[in-house]
Amino acid sequence: MRKYLLLTVFGLALLTSIAARADDYMLILKDHQFSPLQITVPAGQKVKLIVQNQDPAPAEFESSDLDREKVVSGNSQIVVFIGPLNVGSYSYFDDFHRETTGTIIAK
Amino acid sequence: MLSTAIIIFREALEIAMILGVVLAATRGLAGRMIWIIGGLAAGSLGAGLVAIFAQTISSALSGLGQEFFNAIILFTAALVIGWTAIWIRKNARAMTAHLKKVGQDVTDGKLPFYSLSLIIGLAILREGSEIVLFIYGMALSGQSASSIVLGSAIGLTLGIVVGAMLYFGLLKMSTRYMLKFTSWLLVLLVAGLASQGVGYLSAAGYFSNMSYQVWDTSWLLSEDSIVGKSLHSLIGYSARPTAAQLIIYLSVLLGLFAVISVTERTPKKKIIFKA
Repeated sequence: MRKYLLLTVFGLALLTSIAARADDYMLILKDHQFSPLQITVPAGQKVKLIVQNQDPAPAEFESSDLDREKVVSGNSQIVVFIGPLNVGSYSYFDDFHRETTGTIIAK
Repeated sequence: MLSTAIIIFREALEIAMILGVVLAATRGLAGRMIWIIGGLAAGSLGAGLVAIFAQTISSALSGLGQEFFNAIILFTAALVIGWTAIWIRKNARAMTAHLKKVGQDVTDGKLPFYSLSLIIGLAILREGSEIVLFIYGMALSGQSASSIVLGSAIGLTLGIVVGAMLYFGLLKMSTRYMLKFTSWLLVLLVAGLASQGVGYLSAAGYFSNMSYQVWDTSWLLSEDSIVGKSLHSLIGYSARPTAAQLIIYLSVLLGLFAVISVTERTPKKKIIFKA
């Protein structure tokens, strides 16, 4: 049993190291505001978002346009991959604080 | 307080939908309540733990800990619920014949009730941790304790009410049809959970060539609406499914359908004639 557990953990670690390359885009959340409010990313390819929460309270980066939801604790950051996206505009928000929104343009 | 209520309601709704269907599908099985309550308790405790360790989980595995954690929970829940659905189909006849309580010796082996605990516990684990973190955030940003408690109570109650409506609505159907209907609902639920799991793997950067959006039906039914969100939790409705999600959804559906058809056709007793 333990052998299989070890194998699984090893397999997971291996998997994460082969996650393919993507460009980094940084979003900062401070005082319940995302900045930059609007970013432009290339369409048709995987994009790596880094969301840095500089507020003390946890937030949830969520977007139904992008079909992503991920909690980011206070004073920490998360990584989330999006795409490949069709050309267009996608909005996201902080699910714990709905008024905080932002846009991602793919072109 | 209103925003707290709304957010808590949305999270509670997801849990309540799954609970409603699973409880209706297993109605009449004696002794399941303790296991259900056990699952509720364990899930709630787990949700608190996950919330506390949120940052640790998140930064694990190159910052993709949350994605793997969620994906594993979803795939595990899909497996357990899928297996439960198959079991229910196998024993539908026996369960229908004994409307109120079904003795364990009548059904084809016991349904290990820990599967119910697992299903409920996993559902609460995922959504519950979001609820805990949200409340913590509210407290940090200076919301008064009374407004948080009241908002949460309202949201939770509303979520439970909708789940109860689903449960009693399902019970109104005749037991025979209800079991058939809910077991197919469970199959859809399993497909939905698996497709959500794949979604998290996409968020972790996998299957990127299959992670493009195939269509967009948000003009027809938005996932943000109450109906849309309920359908999302119940049968995995997605307004913007990716190719990877569609493939998994259909595969699971076909796979479970095949397994159920085969197990339903297998006779319980074989009469062998010797010439």
